[in-house]
Amino acid sequence: MTKSEILARLPYDKPFRFVDELQHITEERVEGTFTFNEGLDFYQGHFKDFPVTPGVLLTECCAQIGLVCLGIYLLKDSKNDFPSRIAFSSSEMEFVLPVFPGETVTVYSEKVYFRFGKLKCKVQMVNQKGQQVCKGVLAGMFKTVKDGN
Amino acid sequence: MREEQYQKLKTIVETYLPEDVDPKEIKKESDFIQELNINSANLVDIVLDVEDEFDIILENEDMDGMKTINDALEIIETKLADKE
Repeated sequence: MTKSEILARLPYDKPFRFVDELQHITEERVEGTFTFNEGLDFYQGHFKDFPVTPGVLLTECCAQIGLVCLGIYLLKDSKNDFPSRIAFSSSEMEFVLPVFPGETVTVYSEKVYFRFGKLKCKVQMVNQKGQQVCKGVLAGMFKTVKDGN
Repeated sequence: MREEQYQKLKTIVETYLPEDVDPKEIKKESDFIQELNINSANLVDIVLDVEDEFDIILENEDMDGMKTINDALEIIETKLADKE
């Protein structure tokens, strides 16, 4: 499965897609980038006079690249249509540096395990200077049509 | 033997019980999802802990058939018997 095929299968769209490109993907790890454009809506309110990217969106960006893109790739041989159902199940993140409007970030994710439909990954995000912005452990559930409920 | 396995399994399950479920409510007949309010992500964690605790490997089919504590005990017993 090519990187563009993975992006095409992402179940997100504007204004809630936080993946621009994938640089590298294997069954064990994925690397992808996203640019937080200055014009994004939430900067008007977070914070009122001091725009900075909310931690929840850094987490979301890590999850879309680190969990969902990797999950799509891992399920590439599945006969069922993907994704029929995905769910974010847990996150434990630490935030180290702020991400300001206009910054491009790179997410690196490494699979801890993918079993019984649950994908758990260690993720980290770095800025253009190569400094770590946040890191953590995320997990999500991937259900294909056959599994039901 | 089975009682010992039951106690070990109970200890694992307690770790993943939501706050609104009393550990005393764990019974052999309890359904993980319907009665103990364990979500599917935590059910995977329970299975992974069971694998470590009993040194066995579960397959997708085992997971599909594991609705209650009793189901889990039966799977554990079968897997342990296969090992010998």
